[in-house]
Formats: sequence, C-alpha cells, structure tokens
Amino acid sequence: MTLLADQLLVLSLLINFVVLGTSRIAFAVRAVAVQGILLGVLPALVHPFSWHLVGIVCGILLAKGIIIPWMIMGAIKKAEIKRELEPFIGYTSTLVLGAVFTSLAFMFAAKLPLAPEHSGLIFVPASIATLLCGFLVLMSRRKAISQVIGYLVMENGIFIFGLLLANAMPVMVEAGALLDLLVGVFVMGIVINNINREFSSLDTSRLNTLREE
Amino acid sequence: MLQGTSVISLFLLLPLCGALLAWLIPDNRRRPLVLPLFSLLHLSMTALLVIDTPPPSPQGWINLDSLGKLNLISISTLFTVCSIYSVGYLQYRQERSNRTLCMSLLVCLSAMSLVSVSHNLGLLWIALEATTVTMAPLIYFNRNARSIEATWKYLLICSVGIAIALLGLFFLAYSTIVAKQDVTLLLGSLIEDAPHLHAVWRHAAFIFLLVGFGTKMGLAPLHTWKPDAYGEAPGLVGALLAGGLCNCAFLALLRVYQIAVASTEAYLFQEVLLVMGLISMAFAAVFMVRQNDFKRMLAYSSVKHVGIMVIGLGLGGQALYGALLHMLANALTKVVLFLAAGNIHRAYNSKSTEFVRGALRRTPWSGALFLAAFLAINGSPPFVPFISEFIIINSAFVQGNFLTAGLFLLLLAIIFIGMASSVLPVVMGRIPAGLPATSYRDTPHTIVAPLVLMCVILVLGLWIPQPLHNLLREAAGLLRGGT
Repeated sequence: MTLLADQLLVLSLLINFVVLGTSRIAFAVRAVAVQGILLGVLPALVHPFSWHLVGIVCGILLAKGIIIPWMIMGAIKKAEIKRELEPFIGYTSTLVLGAVFTSLAFMFAAKLPLAPEHSGLIFVPASIATLLCGFLVLMSRRKAISQVIGYLVMENGIFIFGLLLANAMPVMVEAGALLDLLVGVFVMGIVINNINREFSSLDTSRLNTLREE
Repeated sequence: MLQGTSVISLFLLLPLCGALLAWLIPDNRRRPLVLPLFSLLHLSMTALLVIDTPPPSPQGWINLDSLGKLNLISISTLFTVCSIYSVGYLQYRQERSNRTLCMSLLVCLSAMSLVSVSHNLGLLWIALEATTVTMAPLIYFNRNARSIEATWKYLLICSVGIAIALLGLFFLAYSTIVAKQDVTLLLGSLIEDAPHLHAVWRHAAFIFLLVGFGTKMGLAPLHTWKPDAYGEAPGLVGALLAGGLCNCAFLALLRVYQIAVASTEAYLFQEVLLVMGLISMAFAAVFMVRQNDFKRMLAYSSVKHVGIMVIGLGLGGQALYGALLHMLANALTKVVLFLAAGNIHRAYNSKSTEFVRGALRRTPWSGALFLAAFLAINGSPPFVPFISEFIIINSAFVQGNFLTAGLFLLLLAIIFIGMASSVLPVVMGRIPAGLPATSYRDTPHTIVAPLVLMCVILVLGLWIPQPLHNLLREAAGLLRGGT
C-alpha cells in the first residue's frame, strides 16, 4: 500500500509541473482538481479504516475535486479568458525553477525525521515541493485566476502534510479548515469578478496604483 | 444556571444572531443600529466573563485565560466604539447598501472572540482564517479600482500567510508523533510536552508559525498588504484592522511564544523576535518620512507598533508586561486615529497631505482628536502608550541590552519627526484656497465615541486600575512559563 501511496505522490508532483508549464488556464484548473482527487484518495491508503477517515476522504474529494474547480471554472467563463499570455517569468524558467525547488525540498526533508510508521514515504518532500511550486505560480503569473490556482496548489501541498495527521486530528479542525478554504476561494472568486468589471481585464499588473512614490 | 461552556457558546453566537438580524432588516438607514445594540451586549457579556470566568470546557478546547481576557477586553471595547461611530458614518454613506458591511463586521466580531477563548491551536487557526476572509468585503466597501486592488493584495497575501501558519501547526502536531506522544493541538499539553517534542520539527514549526502569524500581524518585511488595505478601507474598518485583527494575530503569536518559552529554544525565538521587531520599526521609519497619504501613514505607524510589541516579547522579563499593556494601548489609540482620520478624509474628500490642511478649522473636533491621538501613539506623556513604551525601554536598559534600547530610541525619534511633519500641517496648516466644499461637518454621532475613548487613553496613562494591573501581571506570568 505504501508503494501505491508513494506513486500517487509522485503523480501529484508531476501535476505541479503541468500547472507550471501550461498557459491554458482551464487545463491548469483541471490538473489541480486531479491533484485534489489524488489527495482525497491518499489517506485511505496510509491509515487503517475508520468512519472518521471516510468523512475526511469524502470531504476532500467533494471540496478539492468538485466544488472548488467548479467555482473557478465559473469565474473563468464569466471573465472570458483562456490563456495566461505574458507571465512575469517565462514558462521554461518556471519549469526549471520548479525542478530546483523540488530537489531542494527533497534535500530539506531528508533532515526531518519521520515517525517509524511513516518511514519510507515521501509525504514531507512532496508537501514542501508542492508548496514551493504553488508559491512559484503565485509569484510568476499576471492573471488573478492563475494566482488563485497557485494558492490552491500551495494549499494542496499543506494538505499533503496534513494527511499524515489525518487520523489524529479532531474532525472539527479538519472540517473547519476545509470550510475556511471553500469560503476563501468563494470570496476570491467574487473579487476576481469585480476586478474584471473594474479593469475589463484580469491582469493584476494593472493593480499598481497603490505604491510609494 | 447555565454551564460555563454554554455561556461561552452563547457569547460566540450572539454576534452571529446580530448578523442574521442585519441581513433581515431591509431599511438601509435603520440597519446600522444593529451594530451598537449587539456590540453593547457583547461588551457587557465580556465584562461578565472577565469578572466571573467560567471553568475550561471538558476537553480543554475553550478556556478563557488572562491573555484571552486582555484580548477580549480590547476588541470588545474598540468594536463598541467603532459600532457607535458607524451609525453616524453610515448616514453619510447612504448611497450604497451597508448590508454586507454590517454582517461582515458582526461575523468578524464572533470570529475574533473565538480567537480569544480557544485553547486548541487548530480552532484558533480556523477562527483567525475566518477573520481574514470576513475582512475582505469590508476593505472593498468603497467599490472602486483602488479598493479592489487593496482587497486583492490583502486577501492573497494574508491567505498565503495563514496557510503557512497551518503548515507550522501541522509540523508542531507531527513533532508530538515523532516524540511518541499523543497527537494534540491543545495548548496546555503542548506547553507541558514542549521540552520533549522533537527538536528539528519543533524548530521548523516555530519558523513557519512566526512567518504565518507575522504576515497577518504585518511585521516587516511581511507587511506589504498593510498600507494598501489601511489606506483604502473606510476609517472604521481600518480601526478594526489595526486594533482588532492585529491583536488577534498577536495573541496567536503569544500562544506560540508560550510553547517556545516552555521548550529549550526560548532564547533563539526571542532573538528572532527582537530582530523582526527592530526591522519593522526601521521600515516604518523609512516609509513614514515624506508620506503624503495620511491613511497610509497610519498603516506604517501600525507596522511600528507591532514591531514594539514583538520587541517586548523578545526582551522578556519586565518587558512582557509592557508588551501586553502596549497591545491594549495601541489598539485603543489606533481606533481614535483611524476614526478621526476617516472624518477628516470625509470632510476634504481627499487623503493627500497636499490638499488636506487646516483640519482644526474645518473639523475642529476631529482635528483635535487626530492631534491628541498622534501625540499619544508616539509615546508622549501622559497617555498610556508612553507608559508601555517606557516599560519596554527600561527593561532593555536593565537587561543591559543597550544596542536594542539605543536603536529603539533612535527609531522612535525618527518616526516621531516623520509623522509630525505630515500630521502637523494636516491639523494646523492653512486651508488651501479653492478647495471644494463637502457636506461633512463634525457631529456628535461621529465624535463622541472616539472622544470618550481618548479620555480612557488619558486616564489609563495616569492611573492603571488595580484589576487591570493584576490581569496584566497574571498574563505576563503566563508568558514567563507559569500556568
């Protein structure tokens, strides 16, 4: 089972690169949704069965696999955009940077000891690498929607780590964290619509009136 | 007689009922009245809870300790002042619906109260994230291009920051697994086990938590959202951001500090806090000078004051009392500053120091309040921020930390001069010729609440009541590792 879990984690690392390398926004959203579904399946592979776990799996699948992608797709349709045209950092460079970050994450994670029951799993490096890749997307893209996608990849990275604790955390905390994420993305969606209406574009580099002279 | 836990649940549900009521009321003029009604109820319940504290809940998730009480007192007081002010303010803003504003304010109050009472770090994180999200519509109240820009920056940077804090919490929880203990995010057990937690994980956790909560507090260099959000939000929202949200994030940091002090890494953590505090003050000093937007100037003043609070934590010892007093003092004074600045903004329809001059003539009361609060916030006697800053500096000298003390004094002086060069012309200068007239004039609605608060700041500067003194000492004791 642990082998399968590690394979899924590698798949989710590959998805990071898909998001880093694509200019088609709808495609990136689908990739993040697939990553969310992988995250939903993972806890079932590493923890023994319990109803608590079933709840977590369903919650993550529903929130990350269906509701959030659906909300962002809605925002994309309204804004009528398809591509991220001129990122601040080009696609090739972000891909290379992503590779560098991923290897750094593996080096950093080697210093963090795992509990015996989790030894051999690559949860920690996968989590940190995904966090960094999400951050990279967030920093390098111009469009507000791409930035939200970056934020979601970051959140996925944090959830990957959280999965190690899935059985031990109280339900309230997990449910609350998911709910906060949902509401957060919902509010971001509203703000995106307003940016689009105000500037007739989702280009955040136009958001530059507020600064020190 | 109600059980302790149910009293607190009722207390947390109260503002949510207010939000529901605000949603149901169709009349834009009457709706704001919900705010003072529920904030006064909240304030009186806060007083009851502080005097007659209910025992912790059975699992220990909800526990109102002295740190939580301090935070609760400050947010409840400032929310009451803001809500009374808001009735007058919203009369000037009848052109747009205030339904979202009223609802978000009350939901935010509930979330801030939850931050104060929760002793489970996971619950505390959820509440803090909830305050982040509910603040976004408030910053966007003016619905123009500038406010949407500010909202977007605020939402993105704070969401990322708070997400990093969540990873820090996970690390902390995982360090208990590695140390072969029961996984828990309960503050009490974490403090007890702190020395035994796995050192590397604990170390990583502290760094992530500091960055995460530091972003939310606006410690430099993680403060970049602050000037935009404070500058574009209405005055009363700015007051709530600078007084309420800042303190809630600070409380979260205090919880981490409690664990750090109990562990073996207290010294390192304190050093990092000292450096971050001084950097924040330095950033504030650089950007305060020649700042020509007086609301953005207040944001940098807020960066300075979170820096001071964190320096107090970094010094430890006597300075902890000062840091906690400063948390209260800063929150109250910032509210007066922001509300007065909001009035002046309204009266001139501009917040550039080029056009806004001579506020003492156009809006005598707001101008005077702005001036008094400016003096208070920069640590002039006899106001309470003077006392708290003095305790912190004194403690730095007593500990022989002359470098910190010297830099602290130097930066205070630079900031005072920088802020004075903007504030004095705004208040005292000559009104520029040809400035368009506006309908706003000082009325009791928008003046009485901040005026009363200013008196409180003055009184606290001269005399700190014994119960408050005891509360502060008890809270400082908690930070020294007591229980």
